[in-house]
Amino acid sequence: MSFIKRNQSLNFVIFFFLFSLFVTIASELAMGLLSTSFVKVLGKTLMLCLAAIALDLVWGYCGILSLGHMAFFALGGYLIGMWLMYERTKEIVISAASEQLIPLTPEETKEAIGNQIFGVVGGSDIPIVWIFADSLIIHLLLIVIIPGLLALVFGWLAFRSRVTGVYLSILTQAMTLALSLYLFQNDSGLRGNNGLSGLQNIPGYGNLTQDVISVIFLWLSTFALCCGFYIASIITKSKLGNLLVGIRDDEARVRFLGYNVELYKLLIFVVTAVMAAIAGSLYYPQAGIVNPTELAPIASIYLAVWVSIGGRGKLIGAVLGAAFVSLISSFFTSGQIPNIDFWIININWVDWWLIILGLSFVSITLATQNGLFGLIEKVKERVINK
Amino acid sequence: MKTFFIFVGVMLFASASVASDKDLKEFILTNKASFHKSSSKTISPVIDSLLELNSGGTEKFLLSWLNKELWFRKSDGLVVTAKKLEKKSYKIFDVVDEQLIEVIDKKKIKQIKPNSGVRAIISSALVQFQLLNADPSIRSKTLDSIARKPEEKFRVPLRKAIEIENNLKIKNRMIRLEKLLTVRFEKNISKRVEVIRSLKNDLGIDVRGVLNQIIRTALKAEKVIPDNINISQILEPETGAIDQYDFSETNHSSSIEGSFTDLDAYLMLVKEGKAPEILTQKKLKDILTQQAEIGNIKREEAHSLDSYQKRIRVLNRLIKNEKVEPVVSIEDMKNIVSQYVFYEEYAESSREVTNSATETLNVINGRVSVFSFIDLILEGLSLASIYFLAAIGLAITFGVMRVINMAHGEFIMMGAYSGYVVQLFVTNYTLSILIAIPVAFLVTFFAGIVMERLVIKKLYKRPLETLLATFGISIALQQLAKIIFGTQARPLTSPEWLDGALIFNEIISISWIRVAIFVLSIAFTIILIYVLNRTRFGLETRAVTQNPSMAASMGVNPDQINMFTFGLGSGIAGIAGVGIGLYAKVTSELGNDYIVQSFMTVVVGGVGSIWGTLAGATLIGFLQKVIEWFNPSNTLAAQTYMIIFIIIFIQFRPRGIVALRGRAAGD
Repeated sequence: MSFIKRNQSLNFVIFFFLFSLFVTIASELAMGLLSTSFVKVLGKTLMLCLAAIALDLVWGYCGILSLGHMAFFALGGYLIGMWLMYERTKEIVISAASEQLIPLTPEETKEAIGNQIFGVVGGSDIPIVWIFADSLIIHLLLIVIIPGLLALVFGWLAFRSRVTGVYLSILTQAMTLALSLYLFQNDSGLRGNNGLSGLQNIPGYGNLTQDVISVIFLWLSTFALCCGFYIASIITKSKLGNLLVGIRDDEARVRFLGYNVELYKLLIFVVTAVMAAIAGSLYYPQAGIVNPTELAPIASIYLAVWVSIGGRGKLIGAVLGAAFVSLISSFFTSGQIPNIDFWIININWVDWWLIILGLSFVSITLATQNGLFGLIEKVKERVINK
Repeated sequence: MKTFFIFVGVMLFASASVASDKDLKEFILTNKASFHKSSSKTISPVIDSLLELNSGGTEKFLLSWLNKELWFRKSDGLVVTAKKLEKKSYKIFDVVDEQLIEVIDKKKIKQIKPNSGVRAIISSALVQFQLLNADPSIRSKTLDSIARKPEEKFRVPLRKAIEIENNLKIKNRMIRLEKLLTVRFEKNISKRVEVIRSLKNDLGIDVRGVLNQIIRTALKAEKVIPDNINISQILEPETGAIDQYDFSETNHSSSIEGSFTDLDAYLMLVKEGKAPEILTQKKLKDILTQQAEIGNIKREEAHSLDSYQKRIRVLNRLIKNEKVEPVVSIEDMKNIVSQYVFYEEYAESSREVTNSATETLNVINGRVSVFSFIDLILEGLSLASIYFLAAIGLAITFGVMRVINMAHGEFIMMGAYSGYVVQLFVTNYTLSILIAIPVAFLVTFFAGIVMERLVIKKLYKRPLETLLATFGISIALQQLAKIIFGTQARPLTSPEWLDGALIFNEIISISWIRVAIFVLSIAFTIILIYVLNRTRFGLETRAVTQNPSMAASMGVNPDQINMFTFGLGSGIAGIAGVGIGLYAKVTSELGNDYIVQSFMTVVVGGVGSIWGTLAGATLIGFLQKVIEWFNPSNTLAAQTYMIIFIIIFIQFRPRGIVALRGRAAGD
């Protein structure tokens, strides 16, 4: 028992390394037990787990229930999506023009790309926000910078005016709603409600098939998740972590002890926002499409639900909750379970799943403060005590 | 002798004014061929002379022609009306006096089917009769059709109709329409100007349309301005745009809106064929591709032309070798532009008319903007009352009790669906709405109490978890509604007396449903403030929310009070649902649209105060309308900016507009 606790992050890394190895062997690359789309589902789930870790850090440890972290998540998807879509379209444009006598000039290429990408929203000019879309490095930096900056400005405004508790949750929800409404507009420069699509193809590696790409992203996701977990566990074990818990339990007391509470809150808010954005930037290439519905406020609430079901205040709990609920959700909504048709009761699982989820969520909240993980620990304790 | 002449005169007059049916009969007989198969090009003179004939039967004849009731006998081409007798035989009648001619086999007659072009001509000929029709609804319908498609020839029948019209409403419409036709078609300028000036108190959109048409201008370019034309203004192209022109850009449409640059001028000349085309990237590429195809550029060289500079270099070489025509230079462009005068010319040739139209239009537009402003205020008020209605229940559960109820939107939805279900059983809409309001209240009241007992009561100390638990209830309820009522929108029909709108004039109008919602919000405000501040229950509620243990020691049962207060808030949400359901479509996602806004309303207004919620709703409603007014095409942007405004607003007043002080403020 003590070994597990001491080397929690090492165990975590070993577990997920073995997990990815197993999936790789079982995938269509080798044994063909798992379909490519299922490998993608697993990869996506890993990234949801990372987002859950981020939320757990900010909510479970610091007591800030942010309903905006899925907005940062989707923002990361948008930022990587812009590069993917731009470069991919560029390849298509250039290969389409290769038959012509005279090759395209840079300006002509740009125009053709603009027509391709923005034709659906009735434009052909490339908006200013796409200015760096041809550079992967800049966009990788932007994945960190833009959500980080947004979190910084928003967090600064919110924490400075001492907005706390549920008010802060509502405020973050409003921010998410504003962002998603903005992206829904056609003239936002990000293709309105069409969103960005075709993200599953990697520019420059057109010859890679999806089964290879899915495994590559699985490993990238595993790597990111392990890094995220490692960083998060370092934070929670450090003095900073203690301070965060202190802020959660009694903010005023920490302030009276002389700490600049706002600064620490802001720090953790920004760090977790960036973490969520990175998770998103690996999630959406596996999903293939990102659109404004992805950052509707409800997505962030779901994330909170996962963390809460898994057990907040425990990193493993968050990972457990996200993985368990999102996998079981996709299982129930995939239509694989036969419908129950008995007398007047007619249960279609795709429809009834949300009701089950909602009610089980209410009951878990009522039954235990620490979710499934808390429940497991409780049971364990009892077993050991006996 | 004298009397005889008078008699003859009267006879002549009578025969001239109303030709007998006989003449009509004869006319139809002589022109029968043109009725059999008519085309819109040839039929006009026939119809005109038919109208000149001015017979009493003309209207009937035209109507039956229009309605495809006319037939003709194949043997002699006689135009008749026919009535089916049996399967294959028809009775045919004279078109004018309706006398039976014979019973005939169907094969021997043929129906006359005028095509749509001819029918349009017939119906416009019918206008003069229909304007005099005894049925006012037909007269008014005819006026509609004239207004849709005004023509000069309607003026005379319209004037005649005005004289004898006795329905004041229709008469006023006729006079107005006649004025509009005069404005458009009158040849006498002073009369036209007079009528135009008389329109300055009329806010109708059709008036503005006609006047705008008069002052419509066309941009023209000539070397010398021709004499005798009505010029609106001479434009001086702003210089500089050509100098800055980037030839390598692929797109080169016009520049900044509202300005007229020399580049715009040049592009216009190109369009009119008065100047050579600019060498754009596209044109350059076309020229080079063509040259490469005929071999003037080597294949390898063509493949290397991947930048604008390289292409220009090759082009210059080709020009030097006289393989292609020289292209226009910047200096050439400027030269050409300087040779022309650019001016806007009115389509209307009379200066007096355009001037008076401009003046009148300015007066009208001034009034329109004043009224639009008033209308904007009304709309803001209406939106504010909708937000208030959506948020009022929350003002109690969240505002007074500090319970975060994410399922509040679903209570609104439940209220709306209760209204829908009541309407399934009670078909009288007035009665059903009156029943629906208490039913919705009871349904959501008990739903609220059940939820309070089972969930919220156990989480009073854990507000964040209340948020998530009630959210779980919210998704379950939403899905349940979807399963029961389906995904499509269900109608909640308003009673007839709420149809239509309260119309002040052409610009200011507001639908009765919105007025009803406004009244409902006012009623709620008064009732709630009364309940909370003047009743025993309100006193106990406030006591329990401020200090439960102290309240308990004074003999109040906090448990019970909390339960009923939550029930009250939920019940009010249900009634709000009925109001909102009348105005919006009832779907399972109805509540979703209002939940964030409602929380914002309460937070901005100030938690814990009904007045605050009222102030918050007013602020948000008006603000949204004002932002929409600046950018009417984009309500999404308006909502975005509004939320950003709210986030910033909370910076300055974290406790909202109406901040509670002292003990009532709690922690």
